[in-house]
Amino acid sequence: MYAFNYQRPDSVAAAGSALGGSDDGKFLAGGMTLLPTMKQRLASPSDLIDLSGIGDLVGIDDNGDGVVIRAMTTHAAVASSSLVQAKIPALAALAEGIGDPAVRNRGTIGGSVANNDPAADYPAACLGLGATIVTNQREISADDFFTGLFETALGEDELITAIRFPSATKAAYQKFDNPASRYAIVGVFVAQTAGGARVAVTGASQDGVFRAGEMEQALSGNWSSDAVANIAVPADGLNADIHASAAYRAHLVTTMAKRAVAAAG
Amino acid sequence: MPTVSMTVNGKSVSADVESRTLLVQFLREHLALTGTHVGCDTSQCGACVVHVNGVSAKSCTMLAIQADGADVATIEGLDDNGTLHPMQEAFRDNHGLQCGFCTPGMVMSALDLVKNNPSPSEQDVREWLEGNICRCTGYHNIVKAIQAGAAAMRG
Repeated sequence: MYAFNYQRPDSVAAAGSALGGSDDGKFLAGGMTLLPTMKQRLASPSDLIDLSGIGDLVGIDDNGDGVVIRAMTTHAAVASSSLVQAKIPALAALAEGIGDPAVRNRGTIGGSVANNDPAADYPAACLGLGATIVTNQREISADDFFTGLFETALGEDELITAIRFPSATKAAYQKFDNPASRYAIVGVFVAQTAGGARVAVTGASQDGVFRAGEMEQALSGNWSSDAVANIAVPADGLNADIHASAAYRAHLVTTMAKRAVAAAG
Repeated sequence: MPTVSMTVNGKSVSADVESRTLLVQFLREHLALTGTHVGCDTSQCGACVVHVNGVSAKSCTMLAIQADGADVATIEGLDDNGTLHPMQEAFRDNHGLQCGFCTPGMVMSALDLVKNNPSPSEQDVREWLEGNICRCTGYHNIVKAIQAGAAAMRG
């Protein structure tokens, strides 16, 4: 990895200033993606602004309607949180299925969401539950946040501080995972929410996480796995790699959606 | 160069390192604690697992400077004046290793599991080892060793 300057500010404001004052800096959350990327020299930031010294960015709060998970909360903390398990068990289960134990001890929800890897799990939960991404500047609905492959609505110096998840009447996540990395080859998050059914698909599309509108309409009228059994997403625009062809991924979307609806009850 | 200070196996250590120095490099090259291995260098194989502030972490995917002020435990810190830790002894008794390259990471991961789950089922162990790869044993004896080690630690 190329050399860089390292800073560990103790407040969100100081982190913003540090990034703004750097030549080409990046925020460092858990580092589970950024550090491997730097080791491969695919990224060479001038500065790393480590967020781990900011106590305000860690913790999970009950906000009545759901949970607020602060950005530097690890996957392990979300998975083992009795609050998340009680309010949105599907979210705790999703966190438990990310990577492996050592990765879950370091990786954070804010880092995962900001990175928007097209095969990551959390983007599906954010979009499937209709979460709100809270930054140091504004609040962004998940529907507006994920804008493409590794692309989000975040501005240059904008930092995710928390993610607000509303509870759902029913919710579940099912993924067909890569057995080595545990990234989703296809993952589907379904939720029955106050605003109707929501279905979010990760791992499948070249543009990253997306909502399956036809499935949502079917589930809004009839919440059952049969309702989505005959709905296929087009293979056009889906990822194809050594793990799965586009046609196979399209097939998996329907299969994972059926399983998720069944798991949600 | 920044100075990093941490506790490693109960001893305070301090050194000037580049920001880009990985924790595993710091352990191996600065402290000569070569029990922690680098296998894949891409955070998949788990040969580099150590404990940072009491939980398992892949030291190839962590900067030494991120561990500044932390309490780090490596495989070298487990024995009691030459007497193997019960989990190490269980790996030997159950032939839980062949070449031994993955073993330090396996043992450190196993101890993180047993801390929260003193009596893990075979399924618990197999799921926990998602991030630890062994190319020799087929895992069977590793799983047996971890269950035996957990039993020995329960006393």
